[in-house]
Parts: sequence; C-alpha cells; structure tokens
Amino acid sequence: MSRVELTDVVVDFPIYDGRSRSLRHRILGLGSGRIGASAGHNVVVHALRNISLSLTDGDRLGLIGRNGAGKSTLLRVVAGIYEPIAGRIVVTGRLGSLTNVTMGMDMDSSGYENIVVRGLMMGMTRRETLSHLSDIESFTELGDHLSLPLRTYSAGMLLRLGFAVSTSLAPEILVIDEMIAAGDRAFADKAAKRLDRLTSAAHILVVASHSPETLKRLCNKLALLRDGRLVDIGPVSEILQRYESEG
Amino acid sequence: MSDASEEGRMRRDLRLAWLDLLMAAQRWHLIVHLAWLDVRQRYRRSVLGPIWLTVSVAFQIGAMGLVYGELFHQDVSRYLPRLAFGLTMWGLISTMVADGCLCFISADSFLKQEALPKSMFPARVVMRSLIVFAHNLVVLLAVIVIFLPLPGWGALMALPGMALIAVNGMWIGLVVGLLCTRFRDLPPIVGSFMQVAFFLTPVIWVPEALHGKWWWLVSLNPFASFLSIVSDPLLDVPTPVSRWLVAIVVTLIGWTLAMLLFGRFRARITYWL
Repeated sequence: MSRVELTDVVVDFPIYDGRSRSLRHRILGLGSGRIGASAGHNVVVHALRNISLSLTDGDRLGLIGRNGAGKSTLLRVVAGIYEPIAGRIVVTGRLGSLTNVTMGMDMDSSGYENIVVRGLMMGMTRRETLSHLSDIESFTELGDHLSLPLRTYSAGMLLRLGFAVSTSLAPEILVIDEMIAAGDRAFADKAAKRLDRLTSAAHILVVASHSPETLKRLCNKLALLRDGRLVDIGPVSEILQRYESEG
Repeated sequence: MSDASEEGRMRRDLRLAWLDLLMAAQRWHLIVHLAWLDVRQRYRRSVLGPIWLTVSVAFQIGAMGLVYGELFHQDVSRYLPRLAFGLTMWGLISTMVADGCLCFISADSFLKQEALPKSMFPARVVMRSLIVFAHNLVVLLAVIVIFLPLPGWGALMALPGMALIAVNGMWIGLVVGLLCTRFRDLPPIVGSFMQVAFFLTPVIWVPEALHGKWWWLVSLNPFASFLSIVSDPLLDVPTPVSRWLVAIVVTLIGWTLAMLLFGRFRARITYWL
C-alpha cells in the first residue's frame, strides 16, 4: 500500500541577499503576510505553514490556489526535493514526478544519450532504460533525429523526448506540476492518452493545476492553498466553488 | 531543547547523511556519466580536443623544468621529474578544491527538480578531476621513460596514495561545497588560500633548498604529504612514514568534520541554492 503523510510541515525559504533589508521593507509594505524575519534577521518567505495531509491508495489530490500560494512547493516537498524545516513527511511507495521533463538534458549529447541519462536520473539502470527504448522511440516519432545532438531539436521535439522518457516508468505515487500542454495537436492528444494511462496506474496522484477541467478529470479531492496554508480540503466541486467565489 | 533530543537529532542527521552517501554510490553510473559530459564540454568542437590538455601540461613542465632547474641550481634530470609529478598532482588537488566549492551551486537545476542524493555532486567533481588528471599520464610516462630508471613493484604504492587523495577530495567537496553554497563569498577566498598553499608546498621548489629550516613547512603540510605519497614511489625514493601518517590523520579529521557538517546541513542545501 502506498502512503503520503504530512504532519505540520513547514517550509521557509531564507533570502540571503545584500539588499535584503530594503527588500524586506519594500515587500512588507505590500502586506501579503508571507514574508517575515527569521531569528538571524534574514528575510524568509513562509512558503508552507503547518500543512498536514494524509493520502492513501486511490487518492487523487488536486492542489489549487493563486500564484504563489505554495502549490509547487508542496509538490516538491512530496517529491522529496525540499525536506521540511519543521514537521514530518512520510512517503511509502515508489515515487515519480513530472515537474520539469526536460531537466538535466545535455544539448550536445544525442537523443539516445539523453534518454539513458534521464533514465539513470529516474533511478533506472542502463539496461532497464534500454528496455523502454522502443516504446520511447515510437512515442516520440523522432526517428533518426534521436542520433543527433539535442541542440538541433525544436522546443516541441525536446518536450516530446523529455515527456516520453519521464513517462516511461509507472510510479506508485505520481506528482505532476501543471499540465504540459505544448507541441502540435496530434502530439497533445497522444500525450494526454499516455498521461491518463500513468495517472490511472498510480496508487496516489498529486497534481497542481489552474485548470478546473483538468482537476475535475483527474482528481477526486482538492486542497485549497492560500499564503502557504492549507485552507480547505474536500470534494472537487465543493472546493472549486469555494475557490471561484473567494477568488 | 533537551540534550537527549539534541543527541537523537544528531544521530538521525548522521544516519541520513550516511544514507545519502550510499544512495550516491548506487548511482555511480550517473556520476561517471555526468563527469564525462563535463570533460567533453571542454573540448567540444575543438579539433585536437583532449590533446590540448596534454600538450599544454607538457609545455609547462618542459619550460618550468628548464628555467627553475637553472634558478635553483638543480640537475634537470633530477628536478624535472619531481616538478612533473608535483605540478600534475597539484593540478588534481587544486581542481578538486576549487571545483568542489561549486559542486552544489552548479548542480542547482538538478537539485531543485529531483530528489537526488546530494553527495552525488562532490563525487562528480572528484571523478571529473581524476579524468582530467588522467590526460597527464602520457606526459608522466614520457618523463619516467626519459629521466628515471624503470620503476619496480614499489611504484605500485602510488596507487593507494592516489586512492587516498580521491577519498580526501570527496570530504573536501562536501565541506567546501556546503560552505560555499551558503556563503557565496567563499570561493574566491578558497582560491587565494590555494594560491598561497601552492607556494608553501614543495611543488616547484625542493625541500632540500630549505637547508633544514622551516622543516614543518614540509613535514606538517598536508599538501606536501599527499604529493609525497604518490610521487615518491614513482621517483623511486622512500616515502617517510610520517607522510602517510599526516595523510591518514587529515583523512580521518576531514571525514569527521564532513559527516558532522553534511549531516547537520544536508537538507538545507536546496534551500540555499
């Protein structure tokens, strides 16, 4: 059984900047209340404040909230990128994240070389990655381009490659940041199908999005974030309504 | 916070730091690959590629060997091999330190996107430095053939010396990498420290030139010890036991420091990027 459990998770980002003082004065004036001072008088951004959540098999959680509410930070905490400065997080199950699919790609290496590196980065061995090769080849439709260095690729081609490799493994806990909606029409349809396969295979899904359609399609519960706080968590339609009415 | 919970926390930190190192070791494939990419980046689109690195070292050793040999009134056939080993080994050590400073900073696009073991990145620097160092092997081999008697089995003692340098490169990367990520003024300070250390270490000068004065400059200088444990066996001169002793003590102290520091601040690295 897979499980994601957050207890009173706090994430503060310190800002070490020569002009931190003036920055503080300037931003405090705007009064969003998320920027304060740490004990050492450094400016900190309170990205997440005392978040508690518990997810088990079958949970499809959508994160909603305005820009800067802490959606991406929360995803990164779940993905293990940021370890909370206070509170606990327990994740059981093989985790995979689709946050930046073209991360770590080397423009001077060929498509094939990048597939292997990306696979290694996802925790696969070289052999495991190569076993997915034909699937990746056919999905990307890049053909002979895969032997050429990445700098010859267009943005769309790069995305296809990154997406294909990143989605070649089916994780038990899947973390997705904002739907990747680029590339031509035909590719977008194909990508959506592949993504659906992945999301339905995952035991737990956590996705951040601004699109009500996406959230309705993928999720069975929503969490509303505001200024780094978890304001409400509940059924999709209810939370969407609250989000839209409160703005 | 009570002492008990403080101690429990430290134990947990250390366990996580150790786990991080183990997970990095599991990904040695990726580490080697990233190191190779870094090296290849340097010769991208140059026709001679890796040969440039080798040729420039050969010229440096040749020119400095002749000029400084004359300055220090040394016999070239004795001085030049020492210089060759000294300069190349120093190159290895100083790149490990200088690049170690940036090991996390330069990996920010990885660290902010994926939950990778942090110690992968100092390991990548050590690996990259070793690959670059390997470019000198041709030159060193030529120096041995031209100036030295054929090395015997004793020369193999250079290998554990090299291994110990790599082991030290790893803790140095963890420590300076961590500190430099938090305090961005540090890299240039480390740079000038290494510059001073270069002149205080018998790389271009020979210890005999001190005539017994300032003996500690050589025998207590960790850099001198690390140079000595690798180059003495190759030069076919006996390595003083004290050199190994200093090297091992530095290794132990360094790793203790690294584990404490890395344990305490490992999780903060992503926040500092």
